[in-house]
Amino acid sequence: MSRCVEVPLTLEVRLRQGRFVVDVAWSGACGTLGLFGPSGSGKTTVLEVVAGLRRAAAGRVLVGERVLVDTRARVDMPARLRRVGYAPQDAVLFPHLTVRGNILYGADRGPGAPLEDVLQMLEIERLIDRPVSGLSGGERQRVALARALMSSPDLLLLDEPLAAVDVPRRRRILAALPRWLDERQVPALHVSHDAEEIAATADCVLVLEDGRLAASGTAEMLRNPPAARG
Amino acid sequence: MTPELLQVVWLTVWVATLATLVMVPPGVALAWVLARGRFPGKALLETLVALPLVLPPVATGYLLLRLLGRRGALGPWLESLDLEVIFTWKAVLLAMVVMGLPLLVRTARAGFEQGTRRYEQMAETLGAGPLRVFFTISLPLARRSVLAGALLAFSRALGEFGATIVVAGSIPGETRTISVAIYGLLETGRDEQATVLLLASLAIAFTAVWVSNRLAREAV
Repeated sequence: MSRCVEVPLTLEVRLRQGRFVVDVAWSGACGTLGLFGPSGSGKTTVLEVVAGLRRAAAGRVLVGERVLVDTRARVDMPARLRRVGYAPQDAVLFPHLTVRGNILYGADRGPGAPLEDVLQMLEIERLIDRPVSGLSGGERQRVALARALMSSPDLLLLDEPLAAVDVPRRRRILAALPRWLDERQVPALHVSHDAEEIAATADCVLVLEDGRLAASGTAEMLRNPPAARG
Repeated sequence: MTPELLQVVWLTVWVATLATLVMVPPGVALAWVLARGRFPGKALLETLVALPLVLPPVATGYLLLRLLGRRGALGPWLESLDLEVIFTWKAVLLAMVVMGLPLLVRTARAGFEQGTRRYEQMAETLGAGPLRVFFTISLPLARRSVLAGALLAFSRALGEFGATIVVAGSIPGETRTISVAIYGLLETGRDEQATVLLLASLAIAFTAVWVSNRLAREAV
């Protein structure tokens, strides 16, 4: 689904992890930028650099006017100041807090969104007072996404955010999420190895292979891959 | 139990409890700094903190004496503050803190090193500053290790002998702890009274370990 909002994004990330090298450079205006590729292609690494959890050896990360990383200018904004909402694949819910405690952890950062709306969209209203220890994988992912959305992010970072959620529910959430983000003018980076999922949310797509940018284009590219068009 | 022995037990438990309370804040801070920090002199700090574990306790006591005694390095400063430490209950407390701290730091540090980092990072992306991350994420997640460390340090404090005898002596009602008293009683052939203190030690140690196990289970 294409987004109404477009935000200039610059993503230049170069780093080395042992023998694995990530070298990605792209800039453009986009609502949701999809990072697509097989496991081990460097998608999560790029996302972690944007989130401020990993350092790039060289590169720049810009969201609109904001410079999150610029290694030449020695800018490396601390993670807590980046105003990103990060929903990692393994959820990383705080185990000692309830679902509510998790979702509201970053909610004091800005005006936030009405909690009820987020709970409803992600279908987790009845989980709100539960401890996180008893949640299923799909429930954990939805709580992690709610926590990211409630933190008034300037940029949403999604790493296979609904991989463990059942398909009908995933479709409903993927249909509602772009609208929700458009209303708040929040751009997103969406990492997935599922072409259908990326095609559903992203309007621009970067295809990564072995840490390098193999192709870039619109989401159309994934819906109608060049090979299929013959 | 005679009032004299009761006084020994009471003094030991009371000062050991106080020593544990005194060492928890700096101990937890040290554990966190050693688990997370990268700074010059870290290896030196690590060694200094661990030193009382390997140094003979009597030598540690003597070192404290050289530092805090009237003619010690800090003696004139303590005198100017009108603070008398050596051969008072404060020396007992100090010996307990110095001997217990390494155990607290080691155990708590292991807690901070066991997988709290990713949760801390997640809290940072949600806008939490270092203090908030520490008090709402790191410390609650490491609470079992901190608790276990505090109990270990408390148990170590209860049994402290070598450093205490040198730096605090054996003054009834002031510095005579269970260990010091048992030694004195055995020296003078009062085995029955020593046995009473032995049983008291057993009861206290048993309770401490039992409570620590219960707390660790409930904290899950």
